[in-house]
Amino acid sequence: MKTFNYHSPKETKEATKLASSNSVFLAGGMTTIPSMKLGLASYKDVINIKGIKKLSGIKVSGKTLKIGATTKHAEVAQSKEVKKSIPSLAALAEGIGDPQVRNRGTIGGSIANNDPAADYPSACIALNATIHTDRRKIDADKFFRGMFETCLKTGEIIESIEFEIPAKSNYQKFPNPASRYAIVGVYVAKHKGGVNVAVTGAKSCAYNDKDLSSALTKNFSSSAVQNVRVSPSGMNSDIHASAEYRANMVKVFAKKAVEAC
Amino acid sequence: MKKVTLEVNGKKITKEIQDHAVLSVFLREVLNLTGTHVGCDTSQCGACVVHVDGKSIKSCTALTVDLQGSKITTIEGLAKNGKMHPMQEAFKKLHGLQCGFCTPGMVMSAVDLLKNNKKPSDTEIREWLEGNICRCTGYQNIVAAVKEAASKM
Repeated sequence: MKTFNYHSPKETKEATKLASSNSVFLAGGMTTIPSMKLGLASYKDVINIKGIKKLSGIKVSGKTLKIGATTKHAEVAQSKEVKKSIPSLAALAEGIGDPQVRNRGTIGGSIANNDPAADYPSACIALNATIHTDRRKIDADKFFRGMFETCLKTGEIIESIEFEIPAKSNYQKFPNPASRYAIVGVYVAKHKGGVNVAVTGAKSCAYNDKDLSSALTKNFSSSAVQNVRVSPSGMNSDIHASAEYRANMVKVFAKKAVEAC
Repeated sequence: MKKVTLEVNGKKITKEIQDHAVLSVFLREVLNLTGTHVGCDTSQCGACVVHVDGKSIKSCTALTVDLQGSKITTIEGLAKNGKMHPMQEAFKKLHGLQCGFCTPGMVMSAVDLLKNNKKPSDTEIREWLEGNICRCTGYQNIVAAVKEAASKM
């Protein structure tokens, strides 16, 4: 790993001041540190944000569940509030990586990194999440831009993620047997205003499958999924699965998720 | 360079270290605690698992400077007064290892499992050990050893 200057600010403002185009915010570091070790990334400044107290915590208020950016996967998985308000989200967190990754990795880190096969981006999209940063509120459907790309600006810090508590929801994935990343993951959430079907692992970035969402809004049953055509066009094709296989898996896991709701 | 103070296996330690030194490097090369092994070095194999403030983590993927003030337990910290930890005893008795490279991480992960789940099932043990890779044993004896330790602890 190349050398860098490590900083550990106690306030968001201080962290923002330290940021530049050659810096990175460090939360759990579950992707950042291996990337730096492999020489895929290097930075002049590494800014640890775990010391900023207000970035951590879980709170239910009214119809939403708010999770601080540096809250760890294990904390989300074990949280009574999450299990009660959105059990599918606690289950999703329990399925990320392995226990040691869940003891370090954070929700904010996961969505800022926006890995095409990460679990949390699909939850943000399905649960109509609002991403609160130090300067604005961003709707999840505008936040995720593409492979490892979000709309965050240099120095902008995610403070928390606010999820709409759905009437019903479930997340199903086909985990890569080695990494537990989703080869395909489907998050189905039934809200008052309609159903969202968010897919991860299939394309360069998590997305809302509009056809599946509208079919399930009209008729919330696994048979409604059967008649929707999911095109393999634009889907990932790699050693793990072809685009056609992924397209089929989207339907298979959408059905499973609906049935488990 | 930064000054860090940590408690390692019950001993308070203050050292100057490089900002980019990960915990596995600090333990092995600065403190000579070579029981913590480095396998893949990219947080997949689990050979480097240690406990930080009571929770298992992969020491190859944590910056030492990030752990200021933490309590760290490594495989060397498990035995008490020359007597092996029940998990170590069980791995030895049931042949839960062959080459032994993954063993420190396996044992540290398994000890963390039993903290929260006193009587884990085979499935729970296998799921918990997802992040620990063994290329020798086929895992059967490892699972048996964790169950044996659970019955003794």
